[in-house]
Amino acid sequence: MEKIKLQDKHTHGYGIYVLVWLALVALTGLTAAVAGINFGKLSIVVALLIAVVKSYLVLTEFMHLKSEERTFKAFIFVALFFILISLTLLFSDYSFYVR
Amino acid sequence: MNTQEEAVVHVYRDDIRSRMGMWLFLFSELLLFGGLFFIYSVYRFMHQQDFSIASKEMNIFLGTLNTVILLTSSLTMALSIVAMQKGKKGLSIFYQVVTILFGLTFIVNKIIEWSHEFNAGNFPGSEVLSSRPPGQILYFGLYFSMVGLHGLHVLVGMSVIGFMTVFTIRNKITQDNYVKLEAAGLYWHLVDIIWIFLYPLFYLIT
Repeated sequence: MEKIKLQDKHTHGYGIYVLVWLALVALTGLTAAVAGINFGKLSIVVALLIAVVKSYLVLTEFMHLKSEERTFKAFIFVALFFILISLTLLFSDYSFYVR
Repeated sequence: MNTQEEAVVHVYRDDIRSRMGMWLFLFSELLLFGGLFFIYSVYRFMHQQDFSIASKEMNIFLGTLNTVILLTSSLTMALSIVAMQKGKKGLSIFYQVVTILFGLTFIVNKIIEWSHEFNAGNFPGSEVLSSRPPGQILYFGLYFSMVGLHGLHVLVGMSVIGFMTVFTIRNKITQDNYVKLEAAGLYWHLVDIIWIFLYPLFYLIT
């Protein structure tokens, strides 16, 4: 009997996943289309922003983070926060590096 | 139902902690790829022109196709879990097999791309590549190591899902106990996320 209590979370239908997939494919198309336009320095920012949105969709929907306990979200927040710190420190150094 | 079923009920299980364990493993993967992404970002910053020139030799069509293939494989992976939750064993197996086949298609496309690169002499250590500017050598070095490591993850993911299919057939994964399938799914989706970043960084440099 206890078994059933263990995993009753996140049971969605198939529909939401198909919708998320459609959004992901559309965003891939957008990335490819936008790459043809030259935004100069902003090009990489636009490409990475779309990648972040896609990752967010995969994390929350496909990887069920939406319905997962708060601890999981805290884990990911901490992990991404430290990646951001490392990247900031890295470029606070290399931005002043001779070309 | 019978004695066997009873015995299973008393086995200690904690699905939430099992998934947490999988997530912790995924963070170690994040460190592995994170380091490589850092190296990439610094070298690209230092050799912007060379990276742009070298990336023009990539096959954007195959790269985009592979992105769509991997995204679709993530969908079928997620659907195999939904099917299992609904108790549809056959459908879940079908989706798992389709996921593996998508992974295989991805690898085949990768082989086509790489053999093209190798024929053009764009592989680390070749004379053709060594004569090019340092930034382009770095680009191809990073391309082969990062995309190669990712490809290795696709192969590992495919075999992990293969094991899950065997478990499903043998009823080790069932409607009330599918945490193994979920963990395999988490791994597969992470591999997908890494590709989401590799795709614009190597194929679409303006």
